[in-house]
Amino acid sequence: MYKIVRKEALAENIFLMDVEAPWIARSCLPGQFVIAKIDEEGERIPLTICDYDRDKKTVTIVVQTIGASTERMDTLKEADSFLDFVGPLGQPSELCLEENLDETKKKEIVFIAGGLGTAPVYPQVKWLHEHGVDATVIMGSRTKDLLFYIDEMKAVAKEVYVTTDDGTYGFSGMGTDQLKALYDEGKRFDHCVAIGPMIMMKFVCLLTKELSLHTIVSMNPIMVDGTGMCGACRLIVGGEVKFACVDGPEFDGHLVDFDLAMARMAQYKTDEGRKKLEFEEGKTHHGGCGNCD
Amino acid sequence: MDMMTRVPISEQDPKVRAKNFDEVCLGYTEEEAVSEASRCLNCKKPLCVGGCPVSINIPAFIQEVKNRNFEKAYEIISESSALPAVCGRVCPQETQCEGKCIRGIKGEPVAIGKLERFVADWARHNNIRPHSDAPKNGHKVAVIGSGPAGLTCAGDLARMGYDVTIFEALHKTGGVLVYGIPEFRLPKDEVVAAEVENVKGLGVKIETNVIIGKSITIDELLEEEGFEAIFIGSGAGLPRFMGIPGEQANGVFSANEFLTRNNLMKSFKDYDTPISKGKKVVVVGGGNVAMDAARTALRLGAEVHIVYRRSEAELPARAEEVHHAKEEGIIFDLLQNPVEILTDDKDWVRGIRIIKMELGEPDESGRRRPVEVPGSEYEIECDTVIMSLGTSPNPLISQTTDGLDVNRRGCIIAKEENGETSKRGVYAGGDAVTGAATVILAMGAGKSAASGIDEYFKNREDKA
Ligand SMILES: Cc1cc2nc3c(=O)[nH]c(=O)nc-3n(C[C@H](O)[C@H](O)[C@H](O)COP(=O)(O)OP(=O)(O)OC[C@H]3O[C@@H](n4cnc5c(N)ncnc54)[C@H](O)[C@@H]3O)c2cc1C
Ligand SMILES: Cc1cc2nc3c(=O)[nH]c(=O)nc-3n(C[C@H](O)[C@H](O)[C@H](O)COP(=O)(O)OP(=O)(O)OC[C@H]3O[C@@H](n4cnc5c(N)ncnc54)[C@H](O)[C@@H]3O)c2cc1C
Ligand code: SF4
Ligand code: SF4
Ligand code: FES
Repeated sequence: MYKIVRKEALAENIFLMDVEAPWIARSCLPGQFVIAKIDEEGERIPLTICDYDRDKKTVTIVVQTIGASTERMDTLKEADSFLDFVGPLGQPSELCLEENLDETKKKEIVFIAGGLGTAPVYPQVKWLHEHGVDATVIMGSRTKDLLFYIDEMKAVAKEVYVTTDDGTYGFSGMGTDQLKALYDEGKRFDHCVAIGPMIMMKFVCLLTKELSLHTIVSMNPIMVDGTGMCGACRLIVGGEVKFACVDGPEFDGHLVDFDLAMARMAQYKTDEGRKKLEFEEGKTHHGGCGNCD
Repeated sequence: MDMMTRVPISEQDPKVRAKNFDEVCLGYTEEEAVSEASRCLNCKKPLCVGGCPVSINIPAFIQEVKNRNFEKAYEIISESSALPAVCGRVCPQETQCEGKCIRGIKGEPVAIGKLERFVADWARHNNIRPHSDAPKNGHKVAVIGSGPAGLTCAGDLARMGYDVTIFEALHKTGGVLVYGIPEFRLPKDEVVAAEVENVKGLGVKIETNVIIGKSITIDELLEEEGFEAIFIGSGAGLPRFMGIPGEQANGVFSANEFLTRNNLMKSFKDYDTPISKGKKVVVVGGGNVAMDAARTALRLGAEVHIVYRRSEAELPARAEEVHHAKEEGIIFDLLQNPVEILTDDKDWVRGIRIIKMELGEPDESGRRRPVEVPGSEYEIECDTVIMSLGTSPNPLISQTTDGLDVNRRGCIIAKEENGETSKRGVYAGGDAVTGAATVILAMGAGKSAASGIDEYFKNREDKA
């Protein structure tokens, strides 16, 4: 059993948990994820590791309730436990590896976090900060009530730009608009990391291709085992089949076939999950391209 | 009684069982088992034993069944096999023990597998368990994976007095026995869980939710956690696809995914994990995995076709599974091969295009190579395609372990006789070494590696 030692609401429908998981906390790195299972009948739910404490043997997850399982997870309270909690899964972010540090230090890095993507972006920015690299962060959401981690992010980033689609906080527009604005001001970057809804990552990639800005995205396809056994998480990257759980979840965004990945996401969507996703992603790209029906 | 034919075994009626997940074969009663056992000739040179990869003393245990000493029969089997209730159910007996039985020359071979199953089930119902009174020797060994290879190796080592911990990546123990082979062939709670309990009863510790290569590496187990030797029984790994157009569409699954959702995550019992049931399902492949996927889809309510590129004689699945599948109404489209999966405008499967095949010259496997018949393409309408084309090894462990050699296909290289790998103190066996094979071969490998590891400690002490 894996005990929940802290639970906090971060924003509307978004909550954070610190979970006791010694095997994961001892070895995890930014970019990796866990699979959590509530009880005997529960699904295996993949969640990004958003922070970790090696001494306390805990990892932090941030969850957005979008359907039956995540809502059921929200019913767990402090001192309750997950029946199963496994990881760390996937490859660590290449930016956050000691062996790449010399290279990383030479780069001007920008993170673009969309919605819940702030949570997985945070540990990467924090790791870089602790290793003497300060990155620029653009964090966007639909509206003010969905923003979280602004102060935490400011404490570890060089500059933080906050955007809301409806202009209720910070820059009015999307992350892509903010990036364009920075380029218009003459700023340039060598490396971009975009994490958020697939549709947002797709549009970031369309833009950064034009800007010739190398872009890494974190893919979150449907998963079952998360160990490379079932093939549910397969994606097409650079024309090849890749398994997000063992080869990813981070990939070169300019090589990912997003349209296929988005179609595959719809496979098991429950009605409420579909509504939520439509809402979230429909707003993110303001309609017109025909990709989200 | 006719000594040439087997005592028939009772099975659920095909029409009934096509709608449930209960076990198909109901097993022998005591009377039936005794009567079938009396057909064994107790051969001086028993050919059947040579056909069994773990050399169970078949005539000896069958004589005990004949004399109604079921407990003694169980002891004899237990000397060679740690999972008799499993092997009795899933071994390809027709090519192994029963394939060699002398009775098979003129009539039907003795039902060795069914008798083995009877003995194991009897022992379980009567609470007879394997036990160990070997003194503990204090040496720590880690076993990776809780499939048949890992369970067998762990059980054997515990019996020799080693302090054994199994690390399993999934939340349940049993490997393919829990996530792959369906309930209707191998009941999970009743049979698999009981076999795992037996291994625990020998003192083996099991840690689920630990992924070696991720949570901790082999080198860390050896250097930081105090393990002195390691057995890798991590199984076969990543599912293969054909590389034909449309294969990434919604409604195309690997058999592993389909079976895992159903068996491990129990979607058939209305647990939270969903499964796409399908109305018309095409399963591509002809092995045990394909049969299991097909019969699972059927039970979930679909019309099911098996598309296989060779002919019936080459079907690699156990004969009994093919027979059962046909009885249940699975349609076999043999000598046919998919060339494309057809999709609708939302990227969902709407059909499959198939080409007919004929058998040509024998290939390197000795089987006649299927070749395409030009111009024979046609389409079947379907909403689900399940790919069952085998697996290639999972690189999680080999990539994170210094000095562990793998072959061209990515399988760990290990000596057949004792499981030794290129890395000192590290042993391996089962599907991780051979590629997808059988339960009994994986068990056999686990057994050989247990003696290999014991040798390793003895040699080390001799030198010390
Ligand atoms: C590597 C990885 C990391 C992830 N990290 C996080 C995280 O840190 N926090 C978090 O809240 N979620 C994360 N997710 C997504 C999370 O796993 C899903 O939101 C969750 O499975 C939804 O389950 P549900 O039963 O509540 O929703 P339901 O609506 O009942 O069903 C959800 C189904 O809809 C699809 N779906 C809808 N939205 C998403 C989405 N945003 N991501 C993935 N699938 C979706 C999936 O197919 C899923 O099976 C991650 C996913 C992956 C693969
Ligand atoms: C659907 C299906 C039907 C089959 N039917 C039959 C049949 O009728 N008869 C027959 O003889 N054989 C059958 N087989 C084949 C047989 O099941 C396998 O050959 C056998 O299970 C192999 O045993 P194993 O112990 O080597 O591996 P597995 O049973 O695959 O077990 C490996 C275990 O290791 C775990 N693992 C993997 N990587 C790690 C890691 N890094 N860290 C920790 N744990 C890890 C896995 O989660 C798994 O539990 C079938 C296989 C399938 C898939
Ligand atoms: S273990 Fe398998 S091959 Fe050996 S006797 Fe039993 S059924 Fe036959
Ligand atoms: S070969 Fe057949 S008849 Fe002879 S001992 Fe074996 S099972 Fe009995
Ligand atoms: S989730 Fe099963 S292979 Fe990736």
